[in-house]
Amino acid sequence: MNYILLLLTASPLVGFLVILFLKEDHKSAIRWTALLTSLATFGLSLALLPGFDAQNPDLQYALRIPWLQVGGADISLSLGVDGISLMMVLLTTFLTPLALLSTWEAITDKVRGFNIFFLLLEVGMLGVFLAQDLVLFYIFWEFTLIPMYFLIGIWGGARRIYAAVKFFLFTMFGSVLMLLAILYLGLAAGTFNLPQLAEQRALFAGAQLWLYLAFAAAFAIKVPLWPLHSWLPDAHVEAPTAGSVILAGVLLKMGTYGFLRFNLPLFPEAAVQTAPYLAILAVIGIIYGAFVAFRQPDVKKLVAYSSVSHLGFVMLGIAALTPQALAGSVLQMVNHGLSTGALFLIVGMLYERRHTRAMADFGGIWKVVPVMGGLMLITALSSAGLPGLNGFVGEFTILLGSFISPVLNSPWFAGVATIGVILAAVYLLVMFEKVFMGPLKHDENRALKDITARELLTVVPVLLVVLWIGLYPQPFFNLINPSVERLAELVQTAALAIH
Amino acid sequence: MLTFNDLVTLLPVLVLVVWAVVLLVIDLFIPKARKGWTAVLAAAGLAASLGVNLALSSQPSVALEGRVAFNGMAVLDGFASFANALIIGCSLAGIALAYDFLKRMGMERGEYYVLMMFSTAGMMLLVQAYDLIVMFLSIELLSIPLYVMAGLARPRLDSEESALKYFLLGTFSSAFLLYGIALIYGGTARTDLQGIIASAQSAPINPTLFLIGAAMVFVGLAFKLSAVPFHMWAPDVYQGAPTPVTGWMAVGVKVAGLAALLRVFVMAFPSLSADLSPVLGAVAAATMIVGNLGAVVQNNIKRLLAYSSIANVGYLLMAFVPYANGQVVSDAVAGALFFMVGYAFNSFAAWAVVAAVEKKDGGQMIDDFAGLGRKYPWLGIAMTVAMLSFTGVPLTLGFWGKFYIFRAALEGGSVTLALIGLLTSLLSAYYYLRVVVVMYMKPGDPEARREPWVNVLAIVSAAGALLLAFFPGPLLDLATKAILRLL
Repeated sequence: MNYILLLLTASPLVGFLVILFLKEDHKSAIRWTALLTSLATFGLSLALLPGFDAQNPDLQYALRIPWLQVGGADISLSLGVDGISLMMVLLTTFLTPLALLSTWEAITDKVRGFNIFFLLLEVGMLGVFLAQDLVLFYIFWEFTLIPMYFLIGIWGGARRIYAAVKFFLFTMFGSVLMLLAILYLGLAAGTFNLPQLAEQRALFAGAQLWLYLAFAAAFAIKVPLWPLHSWLPDAHVEAPTAGSVILAGVLLKMGTYGFLRFNLPLFPEAAVQTAPYLAILAVIGIIYGAFVAFRQPDVKKLVAYSSVSHLGFVMLGIAALTPQALAGSVLQMVNHGLSTGALFLIVGMLYERRHTRAMADFGGIWKVVPVMGGLMLITALSSAGLPGLNGFVGEFTILLGSFISPVLNSPWFAGVATIGVILAAVYLLVMFEKVFMGPLKHDENRALKDITARELLTVVPVLLVVLWIGLYPQPFFNLINPSVERLAELVQTAALAIH
Repeated sequence: MLTFNDLVTLLPVLVLVVWAVVLLVIDLFIPKARKGWTAVLAAAGLAASLGVNLALSSQPSVALEGRVAFNGMAVLDGFASFANALIIGCSLAGIALAYDFLKRMGMERGEYYVLMMFSTAGMMLLVQAYDLIVMFLSIELLSIPLYVMAGLARPRLDSEESALKYFLLGTFSSAFLLYGIALIYGGTARTDLQGIIASAQSAPINPTLFLIGAAMVFVGLAFKLSAVPFHMWAPDVYQGAPTPVTGWMAVGVKVAGLAALLRVFVMAFPSLSADLSPVLGAVAAATMIVGNLGAVVQNNIKRLLAYSSIANVGYLLMAFVPYANGQVVSDAVAGALFFMVGYAFNSFAAWAVVAAVEKKDGGQMIDDFAGLGRKYPWLGIAMTVAMLSFTGVPLTLGFWGKFYIFRAALEGGSVTLALIGLLTSLLSAYYYLRVVVVMYMKPGDPEARREPWVNVLAIVSAAGALLLAFFPGPLLDLATKAILRLL
């Protein structure tokens, strides 16, 4: 058995243990420990790549250690990666050190607690993307709530408590329904192991639709799919910068990942049946998110609502169920994590300098902070889907895939969603114009410090990957495609069975 | 004629009772300033009883067949030893809770510990009761010392009110229980469980009387357990009674009462399940809903925990619903036992923190916990673990407890009940999190006592709730083995 995945998941705990024994006064020691640990975790996740067989759609590096017996069904420590998981794992381990680095000047109070929660959060996220046992998945899924709840509630903005509790309760509402479905599956099939359950689908085919909906409730809230998104703006706006980066970059992907990992392989017939409804909600989310984002006076809120819109594309791709659309969705999950992560990082820098995020308080600052302005422009364009940058590749593939999707069977979904691409360009460029261009409106902004070396180090790696995906996405698709094609095949068989 | 077997069967209880009587005398010679000695001696007595109980429980005659004594009046089987061990553990925790608290509040009396031992003996006898009359007697033995203890903070008015309320309603519920026993006797001509089982299997003399009697026994026990709609006394009594008494009885009485309920229902009343299971289901649902809703609006931490304990009884009762369904019942009952252990750990962690924060005049409001997480990190962590475990967030013992119980409910076919349970758990997250929010996210400068035993209790209980969650298997195995003979 290969223990590398277990090692990977547990690796942030090393830093956690070291920090436990450091005193609060040793702030830089704590920060370095957390950063180095997360970099080591990133290194471990890169070490998966050489041995990963991109042609193979099966789970790799699979590990299964028995843990518990519950009335005949065993709960085991099962981990494994396929192309989809691998993308998400890399995204997580890539963004975590950057997010940690971004806090070095922003978080000066209770540094120890902050870094501890951050590393625990990373363990939870990695577990979610690697777990192949439903109960284990649920444990990691719920576990991510606790560190994030504290990160928002202790280090957040003015309405942090409201936002933290709302975040917790919304997510938990979905989770309890999912738990019910998991318990049902365990009873019906006598196992909680995901690959086994997927093989024995016939055992619970009768209750498929309900089970699908219970899982979908948990995932749709996390994504968030319109109209379940109301926790997101609050959580994003109140969270500290690093929290927002991880929240947007990784935690939302847990929802879309959940659809791909559980809903499609376990309940393909229900997925086909509900696809048009899911697509309608996704398209509404795209348009609604874009319009609401356009109306925001607060930059961070604008970025938050843009997430609703962008994840609408991902959900549309998942609903379309064609190989292209699914591959586009997975890539767009990565893209959104990178672009929105970078947007939050830069917004955080502005906030640290001026302690305001209202666009009206800025204006014309490009002259003062040229480098930051340039980086923001690239990030905004990548988020808006400019050809040559990452967003375009993902959105284009999704739109193409859903245009020809036999399950959706209508070009209107893709057609209306395309408007969202235009709207994204509008609100992001208007935001850029209001903040960076025009005459310098406020004298306080004359002395704004341009981006520092450390800050540069947080944003530039993200933008390099953004360019890479934009110009040469093939290596990413090579990793994603086999797993996605297998999923699409499965769903197509199910669709044929229905029609 | 008293036989050796009789003595051995009741030995855990006897050790406790004899020691309590002796301690009552010894206490007279302990000077007023040194009543701590009484506590230590009481703890020694409990430990001795625990030792006897554990030694007996490993004997095959106990674990496999169960020892029946006093002509079928009392029994010691795996189930009773399991519950006994849990009850004694609770009482030891109760002493840790009381040791410094009573001193600080100026109500340290030697009788406290002796009363506690008598009540503990009552709980254990209740678990070992094999005859409805013994069950009734042990409930009285359990309750009467508790009435006194609830009023221990005399002349504080709310403590006296609490004692009186508990006494009046407790007596009322005893009447129900007794009447129920009488009706069962009318229906089956027996009061011993073995006789009732035999009679129920061969069609009771009067099935209607039997059913009404069984229902009234349930009502009587439901009062003790504070199941809705018999819960009205609990918040007031829990708030008024001295905190160590509340914390201890919130766990001990419930463990004993539920164990007795389990024994009677699973062994003697399976034939009535067509009528009783729906009632149990309705009571469980009402208890979960009312308990959790009630807790949402509380500002006093003791009242909040009181409602939370009501809600937890609801979850436990949910496991009772399929009690006559042969395939499901073993999972359900083992799940209930497991849940009880988790509940005990969570409760003592929470109550220890409450006892540490409480002052002579106040310190009972949730807002009094503001800033606790920062100033007293260990107490803060203990309380957080307790709250998360009560909510059922992984990885805590509370999560596994709920996992097993909801699974049993689903297995028994009550999807609605499981759904109610899960949704009320969501509701409970709101008020449990409120405590965490106040501790970590609101500024404040609380005064907590740095008393060794309370702190140890808080940390040990929290650590138990956290660490056992990584290895829930052995505990569940233990619970599953304990109920073998019951089924």
